[in-house]
Amino acid sequence: MLDEIMIGQYIERDSVVHKSDPRTKILVVMFFITTVFLINTFSGYFILAGFIYLATMMAKINLKRIIKSIKPLTFIILFTLVIHLFMTRGGDVLWQWRFLRIEEEGLRLGLFMALRLIFLITFTSLLTLTTSPLELTDGLERLLNPFKRIGVPAHELAMMMTIALRFIPTLLEEAQKIMNAQKARGADFESGNLIKKAKSLIPLLVPLFINAFRRADDLALAMESRCYRGGENRTRMNVLMLATRDYLIMATSLIYLGLVAILL
Amino acid sequence: MPLIEIADLCYRYNQDQDWILKGVDLKVDSGEFVVIVGHNGSGKSTLAKMLNGLLVPDEGEVLVNGKATSREENIWEIRRQIGMVFQNPDNQLVANIVEEDIAFGPENLGLESAVIKKRVEEALEVVGMDKFRRNAPHNLSGGQKQRIAIAGILAMHPKCLVLDEPTAMLDPVGRKDVMTTVQELNQELGMAVVHITHFMTEALLADRIIVMDQGKIVLEGTPQEIFSQVDEIKKYHLDVPQLTELAFRLSQAGLDVSPDIFNVDELVEKLCYLKSKI
Repeated sequence: MLDEIMIGQYIERDSVVHKSDPRTKILVVMFFITTVFLINTFSGYFILAGFIYLATMMAKINLKRIIKSIKPLTFIILFTLVIHLFMTRGGDVLWQWRFLRIEEEGLRLGLFMALRLIFLITFTSLLTLTTSPLELTDGLERLLNPFKRIGVPAHELAMMMTIALRFIPTLLEEAQKIMNAQKARGADFESGNLIKKAKSLIPLLVPLFINAFRRADDLALAMESRCYRGGENRTRMNVLMLATRDYLIMATSLIYLGLVAILL
Repeated sequence: MPLIEIADLCYRYNQDQDWILKGVDLKVDSGEFVVIVGHNGSGKSTLAKMLNGLLVPDEGEVLVNGKATSREENIWEIRRQIGMVFQNPDNQLVANIVEEDIAFGPENLGLESAVIKKRVEEALEVVGMDKFRRNAPHNLSGGQKQRIAIAGILAMHPKCLVLDEPTAMLDPVGRKDVMTTVQELNQELGMAVVHITHFMTEALLADRIIVMDQGKIVLEGTPQEIFSQVDEIKKYHLDVPQLTELAFRLSQAGLDVSPDIFNVDELVEKLCYLKSKI
């Protein structure tokens, strides 16, 4: 579990998708999400599935890995499907048993919603599979930069994400240590019902939080000592540059998705 | 002009609390290796935070290159010149990739991308961590993390390195690695070092040792001068390196051994010589 949280789910490959600018990828994902919600025919979804397939191939990522990303959300997908099946009314009655009834519109909408969720998950996970968390943070900061004028704290958000990424493993490790120390003194984290389990976490969370605040204090001092004074006048070692490749990717995706949205 | 000049510095965290620092005077020249030792609560860490303006004196002043830390407009230049490394290696690294972390300081200085890359490269090489540039800090050992922290400071090209108990949380191997790095920086790059520690063996490396007790400087001198006063040092709840203590006791017992012997071979030679005379 620890490993997955640490590095996100980034898989290093030498591909066009990996090399392209994180901003390009974020924008394409945004186009894609918009299209997913605009389309409402099955042929449209079929073509979208083709788009995901192409992108996956270009990223040199195993298709199975993409499909695996749906797994944690299977319950939500099934839940949406079932709710729509039985609750949405309209069209002919397809099936009935006592008070349970499935109508045509319910089946259609249920399937649409399930497909939309699946597409959203697979495509966004393609983003995190091909972009390292650091690049992602950088990309977001640059994308949000124009909105600084209306008060979006672009730099601060990015810095918070960077620090969170840095400290998640450290805090997890610490939580494990505290837990072991408590266990050694006879604490019981496993037995009992949900409420009892939650209560047994208090002696874990209190020291964890106190330490986290202490760490934050230390880190603030260290950052100030290294001349950190917010985003003003700060430069970056790795400057993001949009290459011809990025414009091409953006243009073709926009055309592909735009055509699908308009025609289908 | 000395690099750091402290005159009659007094400080307390709160108006209604006791003074933490009670009239400290200290000069550090460029290229000097100064070790500050002292018992817990002697005010040594507070003094460290004074050096780069993290804290500002209540009375007296701290001058870095002739500029007062109490003036707001000097503060960033002072922090660039006086780099600071802290005790807990985990709490001073910002990024989750080593080279990104080292770049943090130069990025804050607003340097160009190419310059930053060069400086990161150099800093990694100096601390001998170039193999780990793409690693995540949490996969490194304490000593390695501390060396990365030092590299992060070096990349800002400071004139002086202030280390606030950098070895306190490390294992013996990590401690040795960090001390070797610090010594190299001092000897090969001529960087001034102010090293704060409670390990007396580390104090042996210094040009000058400063002993603090209850907010004051109580002893000051070369390692020879300091360690030959074993009784005096013990008064301030500090340990003397075993070897020095042995030599001291022998000389007290009337043997002709001077208490400023610092390495084993020297002592062995001396003892053999004494034995041959019996």
